[in-house]
Amino acid sequence: MTGFLTLFFKELLRFWKVSFQTVVAPMVSTLLYLLIFYHVLEERIEIYPGVAYTLFLIPGLVMMAVIQNAFANSSSSVIQSKISGNIVFILLSPLSYRAIFCAYVLASIVRGLLVGLGVYLVTLIFFDAPLQLPIWALLFVILGSAMLGALGLIAGIWSDKFDQLAAFQNFIILPLTFLSGVFYTVHSLPMGWQYLSHFNPFFYMIDGFRYGFLGVSDISPYVSLLVVTLCLAVLSTLAIYMLKSGYKLRT
Amino acid sequence: MLPAIEVQQVRKCYGALCALTDIDLTIYPGEFFALLGPNGAGKTTLISIIAGLALADSGQVKVMGFDVIRQYQQSRRNLGVVPQELVYDPFFSVREILKIQSGYYGISDNDAWIDEILERLDLASKANANMRSLSGGMKRRVLVAQALVHKPPVIILDEPTAGVDVELRQTLWAFVRQLNRDGHTIILTTHYLEEAETLCNRVAVLKAGKLIALDTTNNLIGKMTDSNVLRLKLDPDVVPPGLQALQISHVNGIAELRIENFEQVETIIAVLRTARIHIVEMQLQQPDLEDVFVHLLSNHRKDGA
Repeated sequence: MTGFLTLFFKELLRFWKVSFQTVVAPMVSTLLYLLIFYHVLEERIEIYPGVAYTLFLIPGLVMMAVIQNAFANSSSSVIQSKISGNIVFILLSPLSYRAIFCAYVLASIVRGLLVGLGVYLVTLIFFDAPLQLPIWALLFVILGSAMLGALGLIAGIWSDKFDQLAAFQNFIILPLTFLSGVFYTVHSLPMGWQYLSHFNPFFYMIDGFRYGFLGVSDISPYVSLLVVTLCLAVLSTLAIYMLKSGYKLRT
Repeated sequence: MLPAIEVQQVRKCYGALCALTDIDLTIYPGEFFALLGPNGAGKTTLISIIAGLALADSGQVKVMGFDVIRQYQQSRRNLGVVPQELVYDPFFSVREILKIQSGYYGISDNDAWIDEILERLDLASKANANMRSLSGGMKRRVLVAQALVHKPPVIILDEPTAGVDVELRQTLWAFVRQLNRDGHTIILTTHYLEEAETLCNRVAVLKAGKLIALDTTNNLIGKMTDSNVLRLKLDPDVVPPGLQALQISHVNGIAELRIENFEQVETIIAVLRTARIHIVEMQLQQPDLEDVFVHLLSNHRKDGA
């Protein structure tokens, strides 16, 4: 237990020591998105009856910040350690692969929660956006950031250089996020795209979180919960398998 | 006696290139053991397999009786490794690094021992300095400290003195000798053969992934009898016919004679006296580990050809 806790606290310290970059910066950029979209679209679009566009957008942006930061936390930590070589200190230690997995993913959850909470609190200064069902919202933030933490671990282990990790981020994470309904409801899409959106696991994270936030969503929150939990289970299994087999870590 | 390290039939290939071929090696508790070989001989690969940083294709490795794969947690608890590369985590100070490293081994309260290691490695004044601000030699010492936080019975140092100044090298070896006297098994790889010769009681030589010698340092050197060389400055500068069979060279007024045992010196002096040749200077050159090393590597090359 001490080993796991140490690695977990080390991972927390690692991002906390550069919190301006890891916590404050994402809060600022999310807020910029919000203010710009508010300025351009507020009067023109109403997605759910009686729900203003900004109110629809806020949970999407909060979850987007959670997703991106949870992924960035584990992936950048692993690749930095790999490239600088200090990952040997973890590999030489008797830490079990489960402890390593849990420490990285839990640190990702904490960063996701912190950034999400920060973004939400800042939006409250400008907009009246009460949380309707906080337990649902919290559940999706935790599951979503755990899923992205596990995916970040996989991406960090798989990448041999920063370039590959950036590709992972730009060609997988970013499109899946932008096409998941952060800025729009999938019901506004043509049928074909609506159908495709249902294969995007990020859609369920955002939609489930939006349910917790607004009390309304595109699909049943239970379906979203099931899909996100399944995705988390699959990604966790893969990440643990990679750690156990020493894939790209123990040559 | 339970071996500290037991390597059995270990093989490791990267594609067609084999970094290690069927290595068998046993190192006993309390030994000060050197692993020698030219660059690319497989030393670091072997160490990586013992430490669990690399996985062998076949064979078995045990540390203090624990299999490095099946019982990896126990085997790693018994092992401290000082890696060859100067790696460090730029986010933390020296003390933070050592506390974190202790935590990885399940030790939550290790301050007394950390203070002692810092003191003995002359790092106490840098305890709160960030790793980035340290010189290369200091970083090297922190690596040694990191390998010792969990008081492992077996310590492996991979080229610990590469690029390190003379003073630090002395401090480091004094410390490592003390650890050996305290009962730790020490295994080191080094390019400085005189270090291996003065420190280690047993030596293994690797060449192209094969173990080409494994013996005590004294035995290895003892086998090099043909490397005893007697250097003479003579007046007049002539090597009498009776000694010409032993002559290796005779340039710049120095005659070099090969001798197989020390009794031969007596004969040589007698021959010179009879020939009325006066000895101005006399020097006996004995083989060192470097001669053994060169000899082994060149012989192996001939055998392999």
